[in-house]
Amino acid sequence: MLTGLEAIFFYLFAFIGVAAAFMVISARNPVHSVLYLIVTFFNAAALFLLTGAEFLAMIMLVVYVGAVAVLFLFVVMMLDVDFAELKQGALQYAPIGAIVGIVLAAELVVVLGGYAFSPELAGEIAKPTPDIAIRHNTAALGDILYTDYIHFFQIAGLVLLVAMIGAIVLTLRHKEGVRRQSIPAQVARTPETAIEIRKVESGEGI
Amino acid sequence: MNDLLSSYLPIIIFMGVALGICLVLIAAPFVVAYKNPDPEKLSAYECGFNAFDDARMKFDVRFYLVAILFIIFDLEVAFLFPWAVSFGAVGWLGFWSMMVFLGVLTIGFIYEWKKGALEWD
Repeated sequence: MLTGLEAIFFYLFAFIGVAAAFMVISARNPVHSVLYLIVTFFNAAALFLLTGAEFLAMIMLVVYVGAVAVLFLFVVMMLDVDFAELKQGALQYAPIGAIVGIVLAAELVVVLGGYAFSPELAGEIAKPTPDIAIRHNTAALGDILYTDYIHFFQIAGLVLLVAMIGAIVLTLRHKEGVRRQSIPAQVARTPETAIEIRKVESGEGI
Repeated sequence: MNDLLSSYLPIIIFMGVALGICLVLIAAPFVVAYKNPDPEKLSAYECGFNAFDDARMKFDVRFYLVAILFIIFDLEVAFLFPWAVSFGAVGWLGFWSMMVFLGVLTIGFIYEWKKGALEWD
């Protein structure tokens, strides 16, 4: 249970986070939406911090604010979509959207209705994360991530590799006929290969 | 727990100060600035043209490639932090597990270098 200053900051960050998330979907300009998304990320990081998950909070800032939001900005700029024109035809898709929303809501009700705590969960709660005074959050994560969860860690590496190769295969297009600078070729030139000396007769060209 | 949060107190104070300066700078012109609006002052002149076109235009997809490669190596570095912090505790298994992880990503790095994904032309 939160009390005192912690509660004040929790409600402050939670309120700003939800308000910014609402602005993400309601802002008219998609670039503004992405900027509101950054505000949401900041508040989520602050909420992580309030629960003591310091490492997650910092990663949220580094990865989400620093990289994912920039990627979203690129995507928004790259699409070249006139959103005012796009929104004009949006109403005719409203029935389909409503059906999809109802199906999703029904699925959520089914999932949450059949939700029960696993009996093994009590054992998991009995061994919580170590106290911050004893072992720091980041160190506690590092203690188990690379040894106990080695499979997940290696799979994460493979997922990153697949993402890297996929991005290159999908987007890399080299233009034909581009003359690139080749420093070894430049350095390997000698006066014999670079210069040609010809005897030019007087009154005649080459 | 409270020790952790109180160590972030300077950041809260800093954000409060930043917010205060922002509000003051936004509000000050309304209070102190001399105002005498004139349509000529607001119109474009000399180098300032009226906009020809929408500022939105098609962006080169290579920016996206650079950004996504940046995210991947960003995540790789994010995995290095807890490893470095608990380096003494993870032992040889943790060390070699990270070496394999870095090796897998180095394969990807060599691939993108050889494909010329880091070059711009």
